[in-house]
Amino acid sequence: MPLNYFYPDYEIDRNFMRCINCRACERQCANEVHSYSEEKRLMDCDSSKCVNCQRCVSLCPTRALRIVKTVNTFKQNYSWTQDKIGDIYRQADAGGVLLSSMGNPQQYPVYWDKILINASQVTNPSIDPLREPMETTVFLGKKPKQIERDENGKLKNNLPVHLALKLPIMFSAMSYGSISYNAHESLARAAEAMGTYYNTGEGGLHEDFYKYQNSTIVQVASGRFGVYKKYLEAGAAIEIKMGQGAKPGIGGHLPGMKIIGDISRTRMIPEGTDAISPAPHHDIYSIEDLRQLVYSLKEVTEFKKPVIVKVAAVHNIAAIASGVARSGADIIAIDGFRGGTGAAPSAIRDNVGIPIELALAGVDARLREEGIRDEVSLVIGGSVRSSADIVKAIALGADAVYIATSALIALGCHLCRSCHAGRCNWGIAAQREDLVRRLNPDIGYKRLCNLLNAWNHEIKEMMGGMGINSIEALKGNRLMLRGIGLTDAELKVLGIQHAGE
Amino acid sequence: MKRVYVDEKWCLGCHLCEYYCAFANSGKSDMVDAFKNMKLSPRIRIEEGREGAKAISFAVSCRHCDEPFCVKSCIAGAIRQEDGIVVIDSEKCVGCCTCILVCPFGALSPSQNGTMLKCELCINNAGGVPACVKGCINRAIVFEER
Repeated sequence: MPLNYFYPDYEIDRNFMRCINCRACERQCANEVHSYSEEKRLMDCDSSKCVNCQRCVSLCPTRALRIVKTVNTFKQNYSWTQDKIGDIYRQADAGGVLLSSMGNPQQYPVYWDKILINASQVTNPSIDPLREPMETTVFLGKKPKQIERDENGKLKNNLPVHLALKLPIMFSAMSYGSISYNAHESLARAAEAMGTYYNTGEGGLHEDFYKYQNSTIVQVASGRFGVYKKYLEAGAAIEIKMGQGAKPGIGGHLPGMKIIGDISRTRMIPEGTDAISPAPHHDIYSIEDLRQLVYSLKEVTEFKKPVIVKVAAVHNIAAIASGVARSGADIIAIDGFRGGTGAAPSAIRDNVGIPIELALAGVDARLREEGIRDEVSLVIGGSVRSSADIVKAIALGADAVYIATSALIALGCHLCRSCHAGRCNWGIAAQREDLVRRLNPDIGYKRLCNLLNAWNHEIKEMMGGMGINSIEALKGNRLMLRGIGLTDAELKVLGIQHAGE
Repeated sequence: MKRVYVDEKWCLGCHLCEYYCAFANSGKSDMVDAFKNMKLSPRIRIEEGREGAKAISFAVSCRHCDEPFCVKSCIAGAIRQEDGIVVIDSEKCVGCCTCILVCPFGALSPSQNGTMLKCELCINNAGGVPACVKGCINRAIVFEER
């Protein structure tokens, strides 16, 4: 059927003057794009299989390769774009739901890029972080209501259970199964080295990683895979996953073919069975039900561990967060609609949920209004791309941020958005042994540490510029932000003034 | 003494070490000039197991043995040890291949002109870190003291 043929979106452009036929591109492409023609004594390629992951381009020792966007195009149409037409052809052919991976790539406003940060001039001094102490330690959990003293007048430590982070950045949930063993090891080791936390996702905790328990957040999701007492005790905190930014309102499905060996053992389900996470938790239909789960998890772990409730940023997020704050949860994690995923229906990823910037501003304002902001800490995620995004998030009211896509990019991900194919050339979203091997955790964990160190330096520089020497003083400090090119409604939701005001 | 060590756990079998090795020893400044229409003459070779996802591969180069058989067996006295590094004088090599026969690792190979090639830890070219180590994309080849 001619309608099944799609001209490749991206084409391999090989400079044959520079190609030395070393065949590294051929050996390293799991999509089998490159091949060697004995007859022509030249490298050949099939661009239709290319996902533009840039593995061959990065490896080519003579820089003979590049991948270019094709100029082949349907007749230009602002409404009926090539993507829309192509999707209809695909669905008319197969009748299925279209899948895609990683965060929403569509052209929605990125509010981070429409917010500017303040700096001190003349009337208030800026601070040089290289010369003066600068505090980026963050405590996550409920805050004590008042200062208490013992009979001698000494301060009592009445801090409820909490997480202590050396910097306001954590690695968010990615399950073993969605990402590889080596990717998990890199995250765990980096979290431990940097004094922060990584998150197991809902795939359980591999037996080799119990030793990183002081840096681990264990997740309990609707499928309850790999959850048992020892698992809950193995985390520094427990996260209940109610929703995910990339696919709010729906569950997950790891196909049976991927449930083999270690993954089946870690998830505690038989080999070859599909791991289906239902859309809702079947025991949670109200805030009261959520409270029951929060408290049963606390009870199992003897009230020693904070409980995080993770929700996706949706329309009524402020009211939802208010309810969650009253459920006994210590920390609320909100995941915006540009957050990543290993696989989600494209229609949902591209159309459901709201931007994290607006959700965060709305939630922080609502919790303050209701006088319950100190009952919970706020952690946000879903496309935190740089240190500046983090400074803006904290000034909008977040206590800390979750990063995942940024972490994977640090490990080599080129956002080719083909995780669901299971042929990740960078060894991140793959389970095939020869592909997993491509991510050496000795290199990976160092790169993650470098990224966090670099971002922490930049955060300190920006804080110093504002004359702020503690991240606590930046928290919810919206006077440090100004909008640029935003409407009145957007400024109102964000709770910030326009630049120049 | 620092030697080149290989961890097969991280070797991807990409063969790039062979190319970086041969290029480093080619005397050319552009890799393309070193390989266009030329036969590859690396001093490091990838050994590959069976095909498939579980296949193991690793790079083999001179181990710079404490008591090298090649030095003992060389009939022309072309191979000697300098500060622990086994080096070959191609001016003296007569191409008898005795060293190839005695090396338990298969670390020597004949060059285009019939004299023997072996890893000399890049002491005569780049210096510092051997080219295969620098070029290994997954840190499967390391240069360290053990």
